[in-house]
Amino acid sequence: MSETSDVLIIGAGAIGSAAAYYLAKRKISVTVLEKSEYIGNGGSSRNGGGVRQSGRHSAELPLAMYGVKNLWPNLSQELGLEVEYCQGGNLRLGKTEAHLKILQGLTANCVAGGLDMRMIDYREAKEICPYLSEEVIGASWCPTDGHANPLLTTLAFYRAARKLGARYVSGAEVDKLVKNKGRVTKAITADGTEYEFGQAIVVAGYDSGKILATVGLEVPMMPLLMEILVTEDAPRMFTQMLGTAMADFYGHQSTHGSFVFGGTHGFEPYAEYGETKLTSVGASSTCRGIIGYFPVLSDLKIVRTWSGWIDDCADHIPVMGNPKETPGLTIGCAFSGHGFGISPVAGLLLAQLATGQETALDVSRFSYDRFRAKV
Amino acid sequence: MTLERNRDFGDYVPAPDDDLVICRCEEVTKGEIRQAVRDGMFNVHEVRRLLRCGMGLCQGRTCAKLVKAIIARELNLPAPSLLDATARAPMRPVEMKVFANEKGL
Ligand SMILES: Cc1cc2nc3c(=O)[nH]c(=O)nc-3n(C[C@H](O)[C@H](O)[C@H](O)COP(=O)(O)OP(=O)(O)OC[C@H]3O[C@@H](n4cnc5c(N)ncnc54)[C@H](O)[C@@H]3O)c2cc1C
Repeated sequence: MSETSDVLIIGAGAIGSAAAYYLAKRKISVTVLEKSEYIGNGGSSRNGGGVRQSGRHSAELPLAMYGVKNLWPNLSQELGLEVEYCQGGNLRLGKTEAHLKILQGLTANCVAGGLDMRMIDYREAKEICPYLSEEVIGASWCPTDGHANPLLTTLAFYRAARKLGARYVSGAEVDKLVKNKGRVTKAITADGTEYEFGQAIVVAGYDSGKILATVGLEVPMMPLLMEILVTEDAPRMFTQMLGTAMADFYGHQSTHGSFVFGGTHGFEPYAEYGETKLTSVGASSTCRGIIGYFPVLSDLKIVRTWSGWIDDCADHIPVMGNPKETPGLTIGCAFSGHGFGISPVAGLLLAQLATGQETALDVSRFSYDRFRAKV
Repeated sequence: MTLERNRDFGDYVPAPDDDLVICRCEEVTKGEIRQAVRDGMFNVHEVRRLLRCGMGLCQGRTCAKLVKAIIARELNLPAPSLLDATARAPMRPVEMKVFANEKGL
């Protein structure tokens, strides 16, 4: 059996479904194939919900700023589902002079890119968030950062794209892409079904690597397992997105009152890629990080822990573009653990790339051919 | 299993017990679950992510079976054909300070 659409999207995460939505809105026929039986089973439903501009790479900053200015504020209304976008600002905390140095570097970098961000002292940080530990000596502050609910955002794009006629098939794992006379024209799934297309967008997270390899493309990515937890509901305490200079933990309080906190423990690259699992040290390490900055939360109960894979690129910024070698193919992967905050704008850009439109922002820094060997 | 997700459910027929609260922790009604299925949420995981049923303090211990049965009925499938939601550690809510303790008790 063979089936045809103008654009075939491989991977129904937040970014794949955002691309599907922006294409369907332009009345372009689109089919989305998702390997999992569930929509949003990848990083998109497992992340910390940070919609952050501060601390971004200079190449990515314009995307994050575009999204915060133009897409996030109206997203719930546009998609017809509340995605709990909250623009409470981002506080990144430091306890030592060395921490402040790191924060000053991040701040200078973002200010150079035009972002409203500055260093503040303990007193001002405490005014913004009264629950801080007295060990904090300063912070960086970006008032226009925030957070949103990743489960709802991912499903909202899916639901809206589907309503506009995007065809979704789940349990459909793409095994390979096929070239015909120099053009990529077809994807074949594990059960042998063939899907023909005018253009395909590969947005399958770390697994994009496997799919792209079938037409000779290589993206230098590494899978990292990131762990995260959620607490019981608590009365409203603060609206900011929080982080630290050392990235020992980050998180926010969600609309319904629970805290969502993620963290790193240092062993992320050593997990064997496959099913998502939890290490014995992850939640403990994150809790020590949290309590070190927010001692008042130490009696709060954790109700759930989970993990997700990120597709960390060699230079930690995404690959988005149409490689010269493979006409018919658009790549959107290697979001390197910070793709949720830019998921609407990344979806928009991929939709434009896939249809030969001028992109809303310059994407040349994300090109597939930017990588150079050491020697 | 491959699943085409663009099926047409026809018009929503309200049921007399649509107001029934199914998930008590998060106060989710039967009608909301039925509507979610029609909006494309075809399994326990997706419905839970959309509505939070089973995400509260009891983590679905009370309502999981009921939610599954409602989804299955809306899809015209036998309930056992739907997979359960994933259970995650900790199995009972545990304080952060307990998790954070490196030295043992
Ligand atoms: C614990 C954690 C915390 C994070 N915190 C943040 C944060 O606070 N802020 C932020 O901006 N980002 C965060 N991220 C990163 C963010 O989640 C990702 O960058 C983003 O979700 C990427 O979206 P995606 O659509 O590319 O990928 P995914 O959601 O991973 O989607 C890819 C999809 O492709 C499917 N797929 C794979 N192979 C195939 C195949 N062969 N055929 C068909 N389909 C296939 C997968 O099943 C999956 O559904 C975090 C990630 C994790 C894991």
